Amino acid sequence: MSELLQFLFSGLTVGAVYALVALGFTIIYNASDVVNFAQGEFVMLGGMLTVSAYAAGLPLPLAALIAIVVTAGIGVALNKLAIEPARGAPVVSLIIITIGASIFLRGAAQVLFGKQIHRFPSFSGDTPLRIGGATILPQSLWVMAGGIAVFIALYLFFTRTLTGKAVLATSNNRLAAQLVGINTNWVMTLSFALSAAIGALAGVLITPITNTSYDVGIALALKGFAAAMLGGMGNPKGALVGGILLGIIEALTAGYLSSQYKDAAAFVIILLVLFFLPQGLFGARHTERV
Amino acid sequence: MLEIRDLRSRYGRIEVLHGITLNVQSGEIVTVVGANGAGKTTLLRCISGIQPVSAGGIIFRGETITTVPAYRRIRRGITQSPEGRQIFTNLTVEENLRLGAFLFSDDRVDRDMEDAFQMFPILREKRNLPAGGLSGGQQQMLAIARALMGRPSCLLLDEPSMGLAPLLVQQIFDVVSGLKARNVTVLLVEQNAFGALKIADRGYVMETGRITMDGPAEALIADPRIREAYLGI
Ligand SMILES: Nc1ncnc2c1ncn2[C@@H]1O[C@H](COP(=O)(O)OP(=O)(O)OP(=O)(O)O)[C@@H](O)[C@H]1O
Ligand SMILES: [Mg+2]
Repeated sequence: MSELLQFLFSGLTVGAVYALVALGFTIIYNASDVVNFAQGEFVMLGGMLTVSAYAAGLPLPLAALIAIVVTAGIGVALNKLAIEPARGAPVVSLIIITIGASIFLRGAAQVLFGKQIHRFPSFSGDTPLRIGGATILPQSLWVMAGGIAVFIALYLFFTRTLTGKAVLATSNNRLAAQLVGINTNWVMTLSFALSAAIGALAGVLITPITNTSYDVGIALALKGFAAAMLGGMGNPKGALVGGILLGIIEALTAGYLSSQYKDAAAFVIILLVLFFLPQGLFGARHTERV
Repeated sequence: MLEIRDLRSRYGRIEVLHGITLNVQSGEIVTVVGANGAGKTTLLRCISGIQPVSAGGIIFRGETITTVPAYRRIRRGITQSPEGRQIFTNLTVEENLRLGAFLFSDDRVDRDMEDAFQMFPILREKRNLPAGGLSGGQQQMLAIARALMGRPSCLLLDEPSMGLAPLLVQQIFDVVSGLKARNVTVLLVEQNAFGALKIADRGYVMETGRITMDGPAEALIADPRIREAYLGI
């Protein structure tokens, strides 16, 4: 029993990270139908930039804040320099652009930060807490709290603010959004900034547990994508549930089968979802356009 | 109020507006009638700024707005109820209306919404339901109400009667003629030429990207060429 609890704790921790990556996918997908495969690189940048700022002598919270803001800026630049000029191109082309951007960001990070593994200290020490016979790192609680806080903030943003509704409106009908006075290019910029900031936050939270290096983004993007697919692409609730489910499935696979099969879990899930549940658990926003 | 001068527009390499000139005076209801594919929708898209103009100009209240981005034209007083309604299907009726007043956040928003509900009581009944579930007629009402939430001085309506039952068509046209009392100038595009000309002050006839006739609405209704081509009488 305590063994199961242990697996659940580790599953919830990585699951929260996948959920954050999946939420990042969701925001950009909703605003533009684009699946942004540079989402994993935002996570990497969040961790890496924090490492650099912290190494430069800044206190950790400030270093993390700077990393998140700079990553958001990089997200905006990605939109302005690569996505916006290609507006009107088929979505597939835009997705390929994001893959190119992810390769570019990874390469730049390799040059800038080197190939070695980096880390910075946990926020609240490394003494594990004992809960019901299992242990959990304080940092894991930070990760879970971060995932939940972002989800709630996004939920409030999309349901309670006019700006949030403008993003939903733009995703639903870009033309009509322009006709009511929404600057749809600005909505895109905002979406990239938000997604990048959320990705960077995930990187900041998880790096003390997993460490980071220039190439952690690929795997995270794939896992986050699997999570988003599982939950139903475009649905924030689906992103959260999909991420946590995927994390738990991975942890159980690693615990009861073998950690060698852990990564396969995500791919098996992508395949199963594509075959049997193409809309994901929470369905796509399948609203008819009359 | 609104003046279109020698306007040309194209989709890719194909020009579909070959020099449109027309004007709308403050307080008027002006209609543009014409057959399928004449370019009426393209004209309204140009006026709203969601369609590139290749030559000519759009002057609104004395200012050239030809290159003003779409989202800035709302604040100047031009809103549109577009062809095919284009409501936000994933949002509720009330959210659709609120977004119509996206640029505003003062007390008038609530008052305007109350007005919209008085104009179309069915929208009040359905205010918390997803707009995608509305019938065609209700969606049309929502599209018009949403455009009015933007506080237009000049409202562009693209085929508000399309696909509606005759009773509803009459209701929509009644609402449009009632806009005069609210100081809203209307540019109404219709294939239903008879209905449109009956409530309009003046009309233009558009054929394949050109204005071929214009004049007071009564004169156009009485014109034998129009009666034959558009009114089927
Ligand atoms: N997106 C588009 N791409 C290419 N051609 C287009 C596009 N939209 C319209 N056209 C063409 O432009 C011409 C004018 O179309 P438009 O929709 O403006 O006509 P309309 O008068 O509004 O017709 P309707 O009464 O059917 O709404 C038509 O020949 C049409 O085929
Ligand atoms: Mg049309």
